[in-house]
Amino acid sequence: MRQATFFVIALVAVISALGLVLRRNPIHGALFLVVNLGCVAVFYLILGAEFLALAQVIIYAGAIMVLFVFAIMVLIPGRDETGPDPLRPWRLLAIPLGAVLLAEIGLILISSVVRRGGSPATAPASIVPVGSAESLGRLLFTDYLFPFEVTSVLLLAALVGVLALAKRRSP
Amino acid sequence: MIPESYYTGLSAILFTIGVVGVLVRRNPLVIFMSIELMLNAANLALVAFGQRFGSPDGQVLVFFVMTVAAAEVAVGLAIIIAIFRLRQRLSVDDLSSMRW
Repeated sequence: MRQATFFVIALVAVISALGLVLRRNPIHGALFLVVNLGCVAVFYLILGAEFLALAQVIIYAGAIMVLFVFAIMVLIPGRDETGPDPLRPWRLLAIPLGAVLLAEIGLILISSVVRRGGSPATAPASIVPVGSAESLGRLLFTDYLFPFEVTSVLLLAALVGVLALAKRRSP
Repeated sequence: MIPESYYTGLSAILFTIGVVGVLVRRNPLVIFMSIELMLNAANLALVAFGQRFGSPDGQVLVFFVMTVAAAEVAVGLAIIIAIFRLRQRLSVDDLSSMRW
């Protein structure tokens, strides 16, 4: 049952990712990406990471994609990517390159599985609820306190930088 | 129980699709969305590995990746809008003025 769920959602995720890459209209691409992010959130749920699944939906599907759709609406980029492409042969080179990359990653994964002998190194500790907000928050405010604080500085810097970039300069 | 090799395989496929999207598309917005796809694929692998070893450290990393991705998207979209205001066109092929 669990495996069937996994395969169905994996199929949806791959198809939506392909839709993002292949569709010409950026709005369609953004909606496909929302579907893909939802699929990843479901995977987080299956893996027992409830807090991350909710954060994924709120941050990615909620905040980031709204920003993307807003930018697409502002820029109205429906008329580019329609003309003839002067670099088309070079772009088609990307498909064999992607196949080679996938083969490389697969090879590394398979070889690591073979080297480990296929047996799990430790017992799968799925009994411990490692994905709860409590354990995550405890870790975030003890071991990872410094990166957490640096993140706030990063967000502040991004805020100021975006304001400076997007301000319309008065002539 | 689903073995974590399934998750890493799916993560590899999604990451490759993201790479191909960055290489093939001409619209900088779509390129940005492909980068988000790649970040998500890496996040999925992180959570799967963290769950495999029963430690929540992988999830903390994913949390940081999400935060940095949010900051990155905000700055990147501001840059794209500034470029669009300057040139009234939006294609990565036009942006070669900084090319060596």
